[in-house]
Amino acid sequence: MLLLPGHNAGAMRDVTDPPAIRLAGLRKRFVAGGAVALDDVSLELRTGEIFGIVGRSGAGKSTLIRTVNLLERPNAGSITVMGQDLLALDEGGLRAARRGIGMVFQHFNLHHRRTVAENIAFPLEVAGMPAAARRARVAELLPLVGLDAKRDAFPAQLSGGQKQRVGIARALASAPAVLLCDEATSALDPETTAEILALIRRLRDQLELTVLLITHEMGVVKAICDRVAVMEAGRIIEQGRVFEVFTRPAHPTTRRFVAEVIGHGVPPGTLARLPEPGLGQQRRLAQVLFLGPHSTRPVISEASRDFGIDINIVSGRVDEIAGEPFGVMALAVYGPAAAIDAAFGWMRVLGLLIEEDVAWAG
Amino acid sequence: MGWLTPTMQDLLLQAFWETLVMVGASAAIAVACGLPLALLLQVTGPGGLRPMPWLQRPLGLLVNALRSTPFIILMVAIVPFTRLVAGTSIGTGAAIVPLALAATAFLARLFENALREVDAGVVEAARAMGASRWQIVTKVLVPEALPGLIAAVTVALVSLVGFSAMAGAIGGGGLGDLGIRFGYQRFMPEVMASVVLILIILVQGLQSLGDWLVRRLSHR
Repeated sequence: MLLLPGHNAGAMRDVTDPPAIRLAGLRKRFVAGGAVALDDVSLELRTGEIFGIVGRSGAGKSTLIRTVNLLERPNAGSITVMGQDLLALDEGGLRAARRGIGMVFQHFNLHHRRTVAENIAFPLEVAGMPAAARRARVAELLPLVGLDAKRDAFPAQLSGGQKQRVGIARALASAPAVLLCDEATSALDPETTAEILALIRRLRDQLELTVLLITHEMGVVKAICDRVAVMEAGRIIEQGRVFEVFTRPAHPTTRRFVAEVIGHGVPPGTLARLPEPGLGQQRRLAQVLFLGPHSTRPVISEASRDFGIDINIVSGRVDEIAGEPFGVMALAVYGPAAAIDAAFGWMRVLGLLIEEDVAWAG
Repeated sequence: MGWLTPTMQDLLLQAFWETLVMVGASAAIAVACGLPLALLLQVTGPGGLRPMPWLQRPLGLLVNALRSTPFIILMVAIVPFTRLVAGTSIGTGAAIVPLALAATAFLARLFENALREVDAGVVEAARAMGASRWQIVTKVLVPEALPGLIAAVTVALVSLVGFSAMAGAIGGGGLGDLGIRFGYQRFMPEVMASVVLILIILVQGLQSLGDWLVRRLSHR
């Protein structure tokens, strides 16, 4: 199948393809009568997409990703990976299936007493591959993650980013179709995080991987995910294409997550210094998202001129989500109520998203 | 140095050899029995690879019972068993039986602790990569715990040197026995002093060797 390079390669797949991962009606309670970790969770991942699950700690996302390779067994539901019903497998079958599902961990989980090459070879060793073939495969994997020079180093001699590269190479050693990333960048600094995310995206494009990642950082989702699901209290409360979820978040929790990344962050001091409205006028605060075909039109000056209102741009920024550009502006609009309403109405017709009286404090 | 007659030299050498045999043989047996026992305790324990409380609890109790029995009492208490295994209850060979038994229980606990120190994440990663339980034991648990296991053997060897001194009570011989018989009972403080000196050097040597091995193997 042809895979288009670039960010939305996953989303380009025909939606009628059988899903790479299909989770249906998953339920999990660790202690009978205790808190619910998974509450009727269903998800479908298309082949080749990077799917992010975001949530606070304790939302159940960690439990969820661990059910995909049955490190955690659900109390109810079904798990199908690459067409295989995992819950129907016996132990040997499950071990074989796990070799087709790579996993990357927050704390890398490398063998301290094995070198980089020996760590990467571990899954091959477990699968019974002969030593010569293992060496050849490791020699292919090292350059893929940029670690040729470190093949004989021990984990203690590596930086966090290098350790995670070893973790990724190890996860990919047995050429899995699916890669699970369990908070893979949460222990890394921002710069290294960006490097590792770029690597994961490049490997997805190159190897046609389907990637499921969990994170508590919306920035990770914004950087590489095609689709996202937001979890809270063991349930998926919202899911969709990353651009849609970021620009039109429906659930309050999702809004809070989104605000972390595209929040306008107007300092309270700035708000206090805004001039008061004149007699018969209103001052209204609004966040405007510029997207769609009219995002390059001089909307602000047109609105000011045609509707007789004053617009004070408090903050503004242009950004990109999942490869799509958008602008976000915080406006203080002055004028008669009817004129402001008309202006906002006109802007909405152009496809801009306007939200009034959002929580402005950054 | 008038006390160091050729006869006394022979006696010291003989005693040193007996101590080495008792400590070495019992340690070897203890490692061979203690490691599987520790793995069984770890794997069947809560949070282990295959929790089996019905097996783990009695096993843990047995190990604790052996560990809490003072060695001198254990030695006498298991005389019938010693006679069954060694054919006699007197001599260096017979002393190895209680020494090995005590050391096995001791090492099993130390080994279990070392195994528990293995990063649970590494074990989980191995599971995620499709490793079987046996592979996890042989390719993850034991290799990752190796420095800790060596450190445990070092501690056990040093303790065994001490225990072996009590083996004189059943005619086991060794340096401790020599020290008691000549140094104490025949008022030869020089013999006592040289026995103590040899023991100190032996223990130091064992400890240094153990520490060096642990450092070499750790890669932390």
